[in-house]
Amino acid sequence: MLVKATDMGVRRGERWIIRHVELSVDRGQLIYLIGANGAGKSTCAKAILGLLDIDEGSIDRTPALEVGYVPQRLALNPTLPLTVRRLITLTGRFPGTRIESALASVGLHRLGDPPVTTLSGGEFQRLLLARALLHRPDLLVLDEPAQGVDMAGAGVLLDLIQDIRRDLQCGVLLISHDLQAAMSTGDDVVALVPHEHDERPFGLDDPYAGAARRAAGQA
Amino acid sequence: MLDDFFMRALLAGIGLAMVTGPAGCFIVWRRLAYFGETIAHSALLGVAIAVLVDLHLVIGIFFTAALVVLAMYYLERRDTLPTDTLLGLLSHGGLAVGLVLLSFFPNMRVDLQALLFGDILAVSHVDLAVIWGGGVIALGLLWWIWRPLLAATVSPDLAVVAGLKPERAQLVFGILLAAVIAAAIKIVGVLLIVALLIIPSAAVRRFAASPEQMAAGAAVVGMMAVAGGLFASATFDTPSGPSIVVTALVLFILTRLGRTLPAGGAR
Ligand SMILES: Nc1ncnc2c1ncn2[C@@H]1O[C@H](COP(=O)(O)OP(=O)(O)OP(=O)(O)O)[C@@H](O)[C@H]1O
Ligand SMILES: [Mg+2]
Repeated sequence: MLVKATDMGVRRGERWIIRHVELSVDRGQLIYLIGANGAGKSTCAKAILGLLDIDEGSIDRTPALEVGYVPQRLALNPTLPLTVRRLITLTGRFPGTRIESALASVGLHRLGDPPVTTLSGGEFQRLLLARALLHRPDLLVLDEPAQGVDMAGAGVLLDLIQDIRRDLQCGVLLISHDLQAAMSTGDDVVALVPHEHDERPFGLDDPYAGAARRAAGQA
Repeated sequence: MLDDFFMRALLAGIGLAMVTGPAGCFIVWRRLAYFGETIAHSALLGVAIAVLVDLHLVIGIFFTAALVVLAMYYLERRDTLPTDTLLGLLSHGGLAVGLVLLSFFPNMRVDLQALLFGDILAVSHVDLAVIWGGGVIALGLLWWIWRPLLAATVSPDLAVVAGLKPERAQLVFGILLAAVIAAAIKIVGVLLIVALLIIPSAAVRRFAASPEQMAAGAAVVGMMAVAGGLFASATFDTPSGPSIVVTALVLFILTRLGRTLPAGGAR
């Protein structure tokens, strides 16, 4: 077990953004996190990564876990000059051969070293994935990595994620809107529902929502 | 013309630009201009305190500036007010309290004009030693926190996930900025120090292909601005701070006049 969240809840003001989430990722597993916009997928991922504190429940993480993270959005300040190879080594130094193979695995090795601001949206997304791979993660958390990647590319990306999982024997938490792929390739699918826990008195749980959540969690 | 005092000011200014270059790049990248202004404004309070307890001015300014940085670090986490409101509070609060305190001592030997605009006559041997000693330490610190700070500038989340402790790097950078601004007061003055941080970085942006190139370039442009400005100041008897900033501005405009370079900049 790499990471396991039990009865996890995050509250902002009076509103529970996520609540009663059960989620665990094992080595070599591909776990999908799905749900409509605003369901709390990104929030859930950040909680798993320890980027925000949870207000309920607990998260167990294997100590000294090497984590690769591809955020949903990354806004770059244009005054910061960054090339492809500089961005990829932003959070650590790596040998050149390893950088090349990470770039090659996402199909960016023939790109040269242009400023990242000139990349297309899909290329930038692949670059972020290559950056995460470079750390040889035990756990890979990908927040909608397929956004802006073309149709053919999305299939390639999924194959790539499968390859990575096999090669690195890492666990993957994949946030996606592709229900079909989730059902056919995921080891587990965790579904979140927007506003599921809104406007209920603190401490009370709705049995219907709970049943729906459990059913979704065990899909 | 190359008197002792002038050489001291020149050496001090060059030592200063060595650090304001890279530090200024982070001000630009992280949009911290107002944060820099706040630290600079608090310097007057630092001067008042230094005079009261008979400390070296630079040390007094550094301590108040560092306090402002810590206050900001704390308030940003505890208070719901937006960052620029908090900065305005500290900036003008510090300035006002400093001025009021200073007015209690009408016959005090503080030259307000020199504090606001810089005064090359004011650079002593001790100042020079403080600036170079501090400058070397500051560069060392900056080198140490470079990767986490840069990563946090791009994305604090990525930095945290990679275990780089960006919060610590940001705090160290704040304290470092306090030191740089304290050291710069004699040469550039409170009002214009942020210009010395920002203009050289802005001037070299389009020529730099990496953050490191931009930092080094900004240091070089800063040194040119300091040297040019001090010569102008000595020649035309103008205040040193404004002269340095005008020189930096001229350099900036010159870089804008050249033909547009291909994306990625000159290499
Ligand atoms: N810091 C915050 N304060 C208040 N509300 C927040 C905060 N962060 C997120 N939210 C709210 O929590 C909900 C879930 O946000 P989140 O980004 O996790 O959704 P998501 O499932 O990733 O959506 P998407 O598919 O659009 O990426 C949203 O309604 C959002 O407005
Ligand atoms: Mg999201």
